Amino acid sequence: MPDTNPAPVADGGPPALTRDDVARLAHLARIDLSDAELDHLAPQLAVILESVAEVSQVAADDIPPSSHALAMQNVFRADEVRSCLTPQEALAGAPQVDQQRFSVPRILGEEQ
Amino acid sequence: MTTTLGAYDDVLDRYAPVLGLETHVELGTATKLFCGCSTAFGAPPNTQVCPTCLGLPGSLPVTNEAAIEFTVKIGLALHCEIATWCRFARKNYFYPDMPKDYQVSQYDEPLCTDGYLDVVVGGEAFRVEIERVHLEEDTGKSLHVGGATGRIHGATHSLVDYNRAGIPLVEIVTRPVQGTGHKAAEVARAYVTELRDVLRDLGVSDVRMEQGSLRCDVNLSLMPAGATQLGTRTETKNVNSLRSVERAVRHEVERQGARLDAGERVVQETRHFHEDSGTTSPGRSKEEAQDYRYFPEPDLVPLAPARELVEGLRATLPEPPSVRRAAFAEVNGFTAIDLEQMVNAGVLDLVGETIAAGASPTKSKGWWLGYLVGRANELDVEVSELAITVAQVARISELEDSGELTNKLARQVADAVIAGEGDVDAVIESHGWKVAGEDELIVAVDAALAAQPDIAAKIRDGNQGAVGPIVGAVMKATGGAADATRARELILERAS
Ligand SMILES: [Zn+2]
Repeated sequence: MPDTNPAPVADGGPPALTRDDVARLAHLARIDLSDAELDHLAPQLAVILESVAEVSQVAADDIPPSSHALAMQNVFRADEVRSCLTPQEALAGAPQVDQQRFSVPRILGEEQ
Repeated sequence: MTTTLGAYDDVLDRYAPVLGLETHVELGTATKLFCGCSTAFGAPPNTQVCPTCLGLPGSLPVTNEAAIEFTVKIGLALHCEIATWCRFARKNYFYPDMPKDYQVSQYDEPLCTDGYLDVVVGGEAFRVEIERVHLEEDTGKSLHVGGATGRIHGATHSLVDYNRAGIPLVEIVTRPVQGTGHKAAEVARAYVTELRDVLRDLGVSDVRMEQGSLRCDVNLSLMPAGATQLGTRTETKNVNSLRSVERAVRHEVERQGARLDAGERVVQETRHFHEDSGTTSPGRSKEEAQDYRYFPEPDLVPLAPARELVEGLRATLPEPPSVRRAAFAEVNGFTAIDLEQMVNAGVLDLVGETIAAGASPTKSKGWWLGYLVGRANELDVEVSELAITVAQVARISELEDSGELTNKLARQVADAVIAGEGDVDAVIESHGWKVAGEDELIVAVDAALAAQPDIAAKIRDGNQGAVGPIVGAVMKATGGAADATRARELILERAS
């Protein structure tokens, strides 16, 4: 079941992206940012978001929001089996292999 | 750590249960949701993977049309509205069971919404409302190494097989189910049973719980009787058999009831179900909601199922299981109560197949409902997993009908078959089981009467009720091989 998403940006207004927001997003994305990097990047990200938000000033109410660059829908594939990679190919990039499986470090979280 | 438990019925005298069920079903498409890899079960690890389902750079997903049609069919069979336009969403999380570090799912735009499924328990109908039916991709399978019994806890590393990653998975979520009272556990089981039958009849999944193609999360909360404010719920994950669904509800009712009685609060958390003990233990605390940062999947275009497609699929829907069952009951002379008992015990198909294998409807029902369900419970397995085939049950039933086996012997034969001793006739042969002959019976009756002269005297005085202990003694002496009716006749005859 879906859990809560971050609150969407207020309609048309400039997005309020704080240093704390950036720190939290970095943590969620598993990016280790130092205090100095946060000081440097947080204002830059805020400027980028503000620039993008200017689009909303020209988007009238009759223009639906879009999540895609292409005006397409219903692109499908027939349910037909295609050949797969060999296990050797599939595992070629694995840091470690054991019993024809990807060997990964101990998992500290819970299963999703 | 021991958990204090209340008694199920006692708890439900004072608290109203609220159920919620989230069921995941793997679709039976030939290929995965976004790539052409095979979905066949049981292949060697990492042999059904490609750049797309491994999340390799540069790969792009393309949606399997059959998976969309299957999901729409499920929605229609559950009386849902089908979206006219919706999108897949990215659910971001870091866990090695998804190589992309996200799972393609649906968030606030599910394909199907607002349906229901009706079930009957104890002659009472319950409508389970369906909130949503959405489509997502399944995850890979992890093997945890180095810890106890394959669990994450204490493991030193994990081994991942991505054959399952990307298989289309439909999630069916109910609204909170209220008003079930003492029947909560049975309603939960009946709902999953009914849902399984609907899915199987649709031909959209093989719905094998033991292989994980149908999996269930059970949510439960309690509120004081008469209250309107919902209590704190727990979510018990991966309850993977019909029996376990019922057991998980019972256990959570008993556990939460004891906590509330003791003035403690129920912690909102996910819990793990343990098949061996029928209990649950705490997993991740849900006090702080996970932040999955859902956003519309940029690599896939929106879905807009055409109304003609939806109506075309609606026209292909099979009749609901309830209609099919009513016809089955009619043909075989079963009552509504018989039917409900067989459905909820999960033996209806087995009874049908046993009849088809040559046994009478009454005997078929009697064997499964009256004996084999109980045996399965004692052995702690699903009745469908008992090591006895419908042909074997039909054969035992035939030998019972012809008088070659007494009911007692027939049950011994069934037990021996289940224990893996061999086929029906071989088991009878090796044990030398056969109904006691007249001579043997007379010897046993005379011996039993002689051993208990006071009872023999009562019988002589016309006390028919005194026959019972002598029948018991004859049964014991013959190892259950005596025909009870004939033994009774002989006892009356020989006592006088
Ligand atoms: Zn693939």
